[in-house]
Amino acid sequence: MSESLTGAQSLVRSLENVGAEVVFGIPGGAILPAYDPLFDSKTVRHILVRHEQGGGHAAEGYAQATGKVGVCMATSGPGATNLVTPIADAYMDSVPIVAITGQVPSASIGTDAFQEADIVGITMPITKHNFLVQHVDDIPRTMAAAFHLASSGRPGPVLVDLPKDILQATGTFDWPTVLDLPGYHPTTRPHAKQIREAAKLIVAARRPVLYVGGGVLKARAAEELRKLAELTGIPVVTTLMARGAFPDSHRQHLGMPGMHGTVAAVTALQKSDLLITLGARFDDRVTGKLSSFAPGAAVIHADIDPAEIGKNRTADVPIVGDCRETIADLVVAVAELYKSGTRADLTGWWKQVDGWRETYPLGYEEPTDGSLAPQHVITRLGQIAGPEAIYVSGVGQHQMWASQFISYENPYTWLNSGGAGTMGYSVPAAMGAKVGRPEATVWAIDGDGCFQMTNQELVTCAIEGLPIKVAIINNGNLGMVRQWQTLFYESRYSNTNLQSKRIPDFVKLADAMGCVGLRCETKDEVDATIEKAMAIDDMPVVVDFVVGEDAMVWPMVAAGTSNDEILAARDTRPVWGEDDV
Amino acid sequence: MAVTRHTLSVLVEDKPGVLARVAALFSRRGFNIESLAVGPTEHPTVSRMTIAVAVEDLPLEQVIKQLNKLVNVLKIVELDSTASVQRELVLVKVRADLATRSHVLETVQLFRAKVVDVAADAVTIEATGTTEKLAALIRVLEPFGIRELVQSGMVAVARGSRSMTGSELRLRSAS
Repeated sequence: MSESLTGAQSLVRSLENVGAEVVFGIPGGAILPAYDPLFDSKTVRHILVRHEQGGGHAAEGYAQATGKVGVCMATSGPGATNLVTPIADAYMDSVPIVAITGQVPSASIGTDAFQEADIVGITMPITKHNFLVQHVDDIPRTMAAAFHLASSGRPGPVLVDLPKDILQATGTFDWPTVLDLPGYHPTTRPHAKQIREAAKLIVAARRPVLYVGGGVLKARAAEELRKLAELTGIPVVTTLMARGAFPDSHRQHLGMPGMHGTVAAVTALQKSDLLITLGARFDDRVTGKLSSFAPGAAVIHADIDPAEIGKNRTADVPIVGDCRETIADLVVAVAELYKSGTRADLTGWWKQVDGWRETYPLGYEEPTDGSLAPQHVITRLGQIAGPEAIYVSGVGQHQMWASQFISYENPYTWLNSGGAGTMGYSVPAAMGAKVGRPEATVWAIDGDGCFQMTNQELVTCAIEGLPIKVAIINNGNLGMVRQWQTLFYESRYSNTNLQSKRIPDFVKLADAMGCVGLRCETKDEVDATIEKAMAIDDMPVVVDFVVGEDAMVWPMVAAGTSNDEILAARDTRPVWGEDDV
Repeated sequence: MAVTRHTLSVLVEDKPGVLARVAALFSRRGFNIESLAVGPTEHPTVSRMTIAVAVEDLPLEQVIKQLNKLVNVLKIVELDSTASVQRELVLVKVRADLATRSHVLETVQLFRAKVVDVAADAVTIEATGTTEKLAALIRVLEPFGIRELVQSGMVAVARGSRSMTGSELRLRSAS
């Protein structure tokens, strides 16, 4: 059905047609025409953010909490370039977002016009795809393609750049029934032969590990994963991007692998004879020194992106396809082989794994200077807020502790910036998550450094009625950088002391932004403060947890070294029995 | 692993920005494109790029996979130099006065090149061939004095009757 609409109307109609519920954005000159019909939309809510970066991360948080495509909008030039960080973040973590940017009028493109930036050129290497719309009639099909590209295959960010004259022009609105994407055919069905080969390895392996990555969550395959894990009885590790894909309380779960992973998870991968890699990508933070990673393991690598397979580690059995279909097929194929009587005994393997788990559990030492332990705060937060809450972290020590010391039982309850490591992700992403899941308690767990990058979105939260809760783990420092200075730079603390225990006053700042501000400085107050924050549900709450500055994240594999060099705590290298090798 | 020269034929949608996307993929991974030619094909909406690049086999495989992920890329084939016809074109302006002109023309004949422009003290020569043949021609012409030289990227096509742009190319696809 064709209809005569302006480009701006066509854009808003397209957003309505794809079912977008919310747009996080800020208007400005070039995008202004779009804001007029947006004002009248009955189904698309616009949330006026305070900084475009916040809008981008909010779109990510919304997408990661709901599985739907997040939308952010900005004007040309600086508005668009402020979206670059969240777009890069979404690219690294495969988050489906569509960024809509205004552009200077077509005739001015390339003239260094006011607020002009070549945002399509700038974001080319950090988007799954991007478009510069050149004709008003192209808007519906471009928007339909953008949402399809963002959400299908390996999800990712897509940017649509709209020159102002195109938004103002009148054209024909024709919603496409078929998308014209001749070069885009993601493989979702796994190859049956590869599934059979993988199943054969799985039933025969004596020291297998299910190495689970964020792709399992993207494919919404937590249910299937649990079936496969319980059918096979194989130990499971979940990467930073996959926390929540498998219940932490499950006996078979060894925790997170990688630089700050559990000794059991890291060691199980190192000693494994078969990695069943599901939607993970052998990131350097997981593998440590690549050449020494899991040296004795054969590799099954299942991923929807063929370019991930063999990129870092050669796969013995590559499987290209959607993780949910792949895991479901593996369950059938493995059960089939079990019926025929092929099944390796994992008793010995579990004995080893349990040994590592018992000897080197996650833990921390109480500070001797009487300061509050950040790990205690985060542990209690997780216990009091519970496994139904959504936890959104920034980047650094608090992120690692939040990943380690909160027990994730449900998928999509842990949101963070894994690949890009974007400080400032937490508050705006928590806002987006709260928009997508208003009934859920959403806790942003942030560092004092991260918080000072994007906290202005709390104003947005207060005004828009988005009562998120923020736990600032305030050690007054850029804690993770400080930890590296302690370990690798002879405790020379160059430019890591933010003095944020003194300035700013986070309680006053919270108050100024229309939030409730609380402070907690001692262990005795922790539970009561968290409970007080939990009881407030009509305003955002900010809790300034003033913690010691010397706490460090352990275990740790130093960057560039082998996972065999893992330290369970400072100067404590795990001792392996002779029979462990 | 040895660095070898590879020739990729890449079919792309004829859309703005495609060349930038393809070129950026190479530069992002630190590969130097040795030669690049872009032009139309028998399909009006499809362009063909011929890319020559010197890389090891494993990173090349990565580049091909990454190229395949570009939404505007339709198909990629690596052309083996023995199983394909590969050609470049060079235009070279050589100093040629009365004393040397006949020698220059002799060289042109020898290489089955042709003279496309003549001036009082120079001739412009057009030659087509493989990279090696053109390099040999230039070597021979050098002593006469090369005043200007311009060379095209390589174009290549597989030998035999099969077509890269054949029926399996899905030019219209459903969502």
